[in-house]
Amino acid sequence: MTVPTPNPTPTPALEVEGLAYAYPDGHTALRQVDLVVQPGERVALLGPNGAGKTTLILHLNGILQAAGGEVRVGGLPVAKAHLKEIRRRVGVVFQDPDDQLFMPTVRDDVAFGPANLGLRGDELDRRVHAALAAVGMTEAADRPPHHLSFGQRRRVAVATVLAMDPQLLVLDEPTSNLDPAARRDLADILQSLPVTAIVATHDLPYALELCPRAVILNEGVVVADGPTPEILADAPLMAANRLELPYGFHPTHT
Amino acid sequence: MSGGHGHAHGLYLPRHSVVHRLRPHAKVAATLAFVLAVVATPRDAFWVFGLDAVLVATVALLAHVSLPTLARRLAIEAPFVAFAVFLPLVGEAPHTDVAGLSLSEPGLWGAWNILVKGTLGVAATVLLASTTTIAELLTGLDRLRVPRAFTAIAGFMVRYGQVIVGEGRRMRIARLSRGYDPRWIWQARAVASSAGTLFIRSYERGERIHVAMLSRGFTGELPAATHDRADAREWLAVALVPALAATAALTAWLAT
Repeated sequence: MTVPTPNPTPTPALEVEGLAYAYPDGHTALRQVDLVVQPGERVALLGPNGAGKTTLILHLNGILQAAGGEVRVGGLPVAKAHLKEIRRRVGVVFQDPDDQLFMPTVRDDVAFGPANLGLRGDELDRRVHAALAAVGMTEAADRPPHHLSFGQRRRVAVATVLAMDPQLLVLDEPTSNLDPAARRDLADILQSLPVTAIVATHDLPYALELCPRAVILNEGVVVADGPTPEILADAPLMAANRLELPYGFHPTHT
Repeated sequence: MSGGHGHAHGLYLPRHSVVHRLRPHAKVAATLAFVLAVVATPRDAFWVFGLDAVLVATVALLAHVSLPTLARRLAIEAPFVAFAVFLPLVGEAPHTDVAGLSLSEPGLWGAWNILVKGTLGVAATVLLASTTTIAELLTGLDRLRVPRAFTAIAGFMVRYGQVIVGEGRRMRIARLSRGYDPRWIWQARAVASSAGTLFIRSYERGERIHVAMLSRGFTGELPAATHDRADAREWLAVALVPALAATAALTAWLAT
């Protein structure tokens, strides 16, 4: 029996160990995923279509149950016993804001998550207001989501998750269908948020701008993990994983 | 649905008026009470219907809804009126002759009853819909203790009805863009399979919405929508219209 030594490093924001998952139809989506994310890091999750990015995301908040391996968020294992706390800690912004926004008004929609956590009254109002202010959508609080532009709906979708005060923000294809100005707005918002983030994207310049670190997932395995500029500059690695930079774009010349 | 265009605003007319500002649950309750009072009025109490019409017109003017607009929106009751027109032709004896037609007297009374009560009821409801957004209506119903499941289903219908209509419209445009120009019933196969695809897409969207809800801690119970209370003055103001209509109806019953 030894005196417990103080932990030299803080608890990682996210630990994924040997995660494996096969869909009920037998298709193996994740073979062996290992990933550790430290608090405050922003990590890009790259990979071709069908690499398992979305499947991995659905494991981070316990929508899918791991067939093998384990996921821990802030040290807490993702398991049925504490799904509520896991879903508070992990905020997932899905690809299609129409899937995420379903309440009659923006305010009610942003309140949905924190209300599920048991918040009521003034505290709930404060959360809603702060989340909408963080994405610059305070004005739209009383409007129905379907009257907003696509870019605005995406920002509200981010607010719905911020209102839950997550420790880990997960964005699935945040720039899909956005025009360049809306894409820029979202980047500024994400950069202003002091939370750990995982950004699954095909938008490689966006990954380079927002995320110092990148992970490539392919066929259910993490095949590369390192600083984003180095990974994007590794032409053979990129080609092997069906990743391609936009024409004329050089990750190291920016 | 992508882009900010093409949304159905429905019947709502955005104006700044006292009627628009009233709390939705007070408006819903007042409308319901007014319709009940109208229905309870004896059919031969013409002066009561006159008073009710004046009340509706006054509220319409207060709400900045012009009477021609209100009249145009009454068209929704046309199918019911069409039914009422048949009653005097098929009704029982005694008959009376009007312009060479033998019309049934009970039938005439029945037609008048449907026509006047229907018109007043529809006018009140049209006014409610013109001055209250769907979101407000839902919170109003919620506030009036309508079970949350009902208001939630209505909310989902409004929200996703538009998404699905938008998807259907895009699929139609995509069909037309590939030279699809159906002229005969046997060419409808593409429309039928589009409908099937739309159903599957909607079903899958339902699953994605559920996953997104679960991700935000949904446990099967929808939280109450945010709403504020109506004060006594406001209740008094909205109660005035149905109270007048009900008093008039009662007076008419007592007089007969």
